[in-house]
Amino acid sequence: MQKYSIFSLIKNAFYDHQNWDVVWRDPEPKKEYEVAIVGGGGHGLATAYYLAKEHKITNIAILEKGWIGGGNVGRNTTILRSNYMWDPNGLFYEYGMKLWENLSQELNYNVMYSPRGIINLAHSDAQLNVYSRRGNSMRLNGIDAEMLGRKELKKMIPFADFSSSARFPIFGGLMQPRGGTARHDAVAWGYARKADSMGVDIIQHCEVTGFDIHNGKIEGVQTSKGNIKTKKVGLCVAGSTSLLAEKFNMKLPIETHVLQACVSEPVKPFLDHVVTFGAGHFYCSQSDKGEMVMGGDLDGYNSYAQRGNLPTLQHVLSEGVAMFPNLSRLKMLRTWGGIVDMSMDGSPIIDKTHINGLYLNCGWCYGGFKATPASGWTFAYTIAQDQVHELNSKFNLNRFNTGHLIDEKGTATKVWLG
Amino acid sequence: MLEIKCPYCGKRSQNEFSYGGDAKVKRPELGKEISDKEWDEFVYLRDNPRGKHSELWHHVAGCRQWFKVSRDTVTHKIFETIKLNEEL
Repeated sequence: MQKYSIFSLIKNAFYDHQNWDVVWRDPEPKKEYEVAIVGGGGHGLATAYYLAKEHKITNIAILEKGWIGGGNVGRNTTILRSNYMWDPNGLFYEYGMKLWENLSQELNYNVMYSPRGIINLAHSDAQLNVYSRRGNSMRLNGIDAEMLGRKELKKMIPFADFSSSARFPIFGGLMQPRGGTARHDAVAWGYARKADSMGVDIIQHCEVTGFDIHNGKIEGVQTSKGNIKTKKVGLCVAGSTSLLAEKFNMKLPIETHVLQACVSEPVKPFLDHVVTFGAGHFYCSQSDKGEMVMGGDLDGYNSYAQRGNLPTLQHVLSEGVAMFPNLSRLKMLRTWGGIVDMSMDGSPIIDKTHINGLYLNCGWCYGGFKATPASGWTFAYTIAQDQVHELNSKFNLNRFNTGHLIDEKGTATKVWLG
Repeated sequence: MLEIKCPYCGKRSQNEFSYGGDAKVKRPELGKEISDKEWDEFVYLRDNPRGKHSELWHHVAGCRQWFKVSRDTVTHKIFETIKLNEEL
């Protein structure tokens, strides 16, 4: 792998940048692999990379129906955080945060990790109490958390509505200073480049159409580019998990929904942090290009369409305007949607299945991006060792049977109304 | 914007409705002994097809009736809307 550095940049500038290596190969699938990963998104690419790095398994195929990074890893709002209350979530995401911190160096690819801090605004005394409880739980797990008062917030986010006429007055907030953003495309490309350099075959435009299962053991996958033999298969297909699981007669506690995001026209810097609205579901940050990156609720009904509907967008943005009134003056540049795998308790599933050699990585709801390194790391462990790691031991499928839900929002099972 | 035909009120804008999920889920019979697995399936497992989906909607800002809708989850085309006691 050609190392990226200031020196390679200068050297290549002399050749008009014509001599850069291809970033990853475009191989035809071999007849057999040790492991096949279905889905070339962030989680699939990270899984392959950690399989190669931590477990020395390099005979891996990543089978991607479209192109790598074209799904949710390229459609999210790029936010990283580990501000969870429950131990299984807190410890898992915090492990991920530590991987994020060194990811650019590790991959030799600038993922533009920006620990700008994530602020959850509180709009009542009761909400402040809830946030301080969460903040304390985070600190007990070694995660950074700070309570902020109205005065401090006024200095940090001066454009938020601090007026006396605010519909949802700002009482304070909870901040995770190490939370922030990373460039999502670079995450996919960085993992792909490094995995490819270690021998992983990234096979794009190759749809998995079926599974060869004999006597409860996986023996291969059927794809649009022919049959591939393998003894281990990992699924990292987000919103399409139910469709693939149906092919081996498995029904999952997952509903597929569309989540929209949008960006405004670029403006000069006016927001230094990631900020979430406490009286609804809206979050925003400002990209390096100056665009406001915004998101919020699901559209509210099962959807496999990678595009959304206007009523939800209008609802979400009206919350945004309640928080930052000057957003109303911005023009919208782009909106898009991604299909997400909403699990019934809002927490992920990284587990083995009843089929020997078939592993599940799904249920990321609308929070999969920040989990990318931790998800890949633990899923690689589960595939390589054929057992769950302590970090993902609570993200099992059986919890829906035993009642050990990881119910971060305290909403219990529900139809995903958004 | 979806336009949903309430079986009681006719075509109305999506804004008047709320969604109720998979219409095929059936609560186990009252008083019947069932296993944890059956209960688990009732509570957590839903149909999640790519294509035709039977689902419940509630005309919450209208007549407040629940009803069934057959809708495509990719194109969002609505094939049929019927009352709760009718079969899709």
